[in-house]
Amino acid sequence: MKVLVPVKRVIDSNVKARVKSDQSGVDLANVKMSINPFCEIAVEEAVRLKEKGVATEVVVVSIGPAQAQETLRQALAMGADRGVLIQSDQDLEPLEVAKVLKAVIAEEAPGVVIMGKQAIDGDNNATGQMLAALLDWPQATFASAIELSADKAKVTREVDGGLQTIEATLPAIITADLRLNEPRYASLPNIMKAKKKPLDVKEVATLGVDLKPHLKVLKVAEPAKRSAGIKVETAGDLVANLKTAGVL
Amino acid sequence: MAVLVIADHDNASLKDSTNKTVTAALALSGDVDVLVAGKDAKAAADAAAKIAGVRKVLLAESDELGQGLAEAVEATVLPLMGGYDAVLTPATSQGKNFSPRIAAKLDVAQISEIVEVVSNDTFVRPIYAGNALETVQSSDAKKVITVRATAFKAAGEGGSASVENVAAGAASAKIKFVDQQLVKSARPELAGAKIVVSGGRAMGSAEEFSKVIEPLADKLGAAVGASRAAVDAGYAPNDYQVGQTGKVVAPELYVAIGISGAIQHLAGMKDSKVIVAINKDADAPIFQVADFGLVADYKTAVPELMDALTAAGK
Ligand SMILES: Cc1cc2nc3c(=O)[nH]c(=O)nc-3n(C[C@H](O)[C@H](O)[C@H](O)COP(=O)(O)OP(=O)(O)OC[C@H]3O[C@@H](n4cnc5c(N)ncnc54)[C@H](O)[C@@H]3O)c2cc1C
Repeated sequence: MKVLVPVKRVIDSNVKARVKSDQSGVDLANVKMSINPFCEIAVEEAVRLKEKGVATEVVVVSIGPAQAQETLRQALAMGADRGVLIQSDQDLEPLEVAKVLKAVIAEEAPGVVIMGKQAIDGDNNATGQMLAALLDWPQATFASAIELSADKAKVTREVDGGLQTIEATLPAIITADLRLNEPRYASLPNIMKAKKKPLDVKEVATLGVDLKPHLKVLKVAEPAKRSAGIKVETAGDLVANLKTAGVL
Repeated sequence: MAVLVIADHDNASLKDSTNKTVTAALALSGDVDVLVAGKDAKAAADAAAKIAGVRKVLLAESDELGQGLAEAVEATVLPLMGGYDAVLTPATSQGKNFSPRIAAKLDVAQISEIVEVVSNDTFVRPIYAGNALETVQSSDAKKVITVRATAFKAAGEGGSASVENVAAGAASAKIKFVDQQLVKSARPELAGAKIVVSGGRAMGSAEEFSKVIEPLADKLGAAVGASRAAVDAGYAPNDYQVGQTGKVVAPELYVAIGISGAIQHLAGMKDSKVIVAINKDADAPIFQVADFGLVADYKTAVPELMDALTAAGK
């Protein structure tokens, strides 16, 4: 079975985002960028499925600027077989990303799509669900365990209140949550090997997808800062302060 | 303009996030209906009918809706959307699961986790783990919105709306509910609790987590939360995770014990009214947002805090 894994290039999760002084957006100049952590978990899961002999090929696809090739190479170094970059310098909204992915899926015909539940920049948590709706494929979001057979995926999902297990008929969209696995570090030999793996680049315009934005960003502002309070010496002082603050 | 709110409930009762989402909806329009989609959910529908400002409650019931399957919720909501200009859902794991499907089927954007309604078409939402607030204007005829409940006050009681049955959407043959394991607890629910006590990696084991965090929570009548590290390590269930990619809470009092205060954790609790941190590292970033910080080993500080609370009549 072919597994398709969409991956996004985002600000590194250890970097604190800073708002531009003209409030036009977040300053990403000279900021460390990485593969979105949830996408990394999805890549790891797909590679493990290949190692187990369940998946035959792992194709990673990114929609983004030319630099997203680095993100794809990172996924290839983890063990994915082939990369596709749909090059776009426009920052696309989740719905448009889902439409582009739908077009890619029409060409690639994967048996299953595993992707991150959320990108840590836009924090939308929407693309996988939208893609499932556009394709009329079943969805299994927030996965913490996946059991794949020839025509079904049994997925344990992290939900408010605990865990839910559902069974989806393939092809399906699965979105990865934090507990699905712990991604590997790519070894140096694998990083070298990844440089020789195939990576196709296509302009987004060639897909014929409607990319009209639906949302206009009017401004991006810094949230109100919380100032540090005081240090107390003892547990008794703490209780006294909480009483004064009226929260006990 | 008419607005549909999709209720968060457990069939027997309505969650507070529904009342808060109604407040957000009322900022858009005076014509607000609530859909309760579930199974044997009449009690939840009756509760929704009592929310002040609600015009009408729609009740849809089926096995698949009771199981919360996203495909079934979408199929229930879509035929109703002819009568509404916006649909608002609390940004719970359930809301996040089905709401983007509705947006995609309507060919509109989802405006995720709004914290403010600026006008009929303009909203504020956090991005980058809450390190930036984005103001967006939607050009879509119909708006599909998820609401960060902690940012809105709960609409009060006093309504007497009618409850009307509507058809449950056809379930998808391609998805089947297998089972669920829900965490049972007599404590208040994390998302709406007035006080939250959270433990981090410092706990070191599940036994230690329950031995240290739970008695303190019970003494305070608090809900229990955890950092991602504590959940990953199996000290606490996934449902307890507070943060960018877990639950967002804004209680009156948040107590963080043995939690360093990573950006992703702060994203889920920095709007709490009063924050207390107990950490043995005086330089831990959590102290930058804490109103009251106690630099100490939790192993001695928590028992002392228990005693001090007892002495204070708690
Ligand atoms: C994509 C992504 C999403 C994430 N989402 C979330 C999220 O939703 N929520 C979340 O919490 N994290 C999230 N994280 C993880 C986050 O970055 C941190 O790794 C995590 O919050 C750390 O948990 P912690 O504070 O318990 O552990 P640590 O950072 O290890 O901190 C432990 C703290 O305990 C203190 N300590 C140790 N021993 C004692 C003692 N005896 N007494 C007192 N103090 C002690 C230490 O000084 C330290 O400050 C996410 C990360 C990524 C990449």
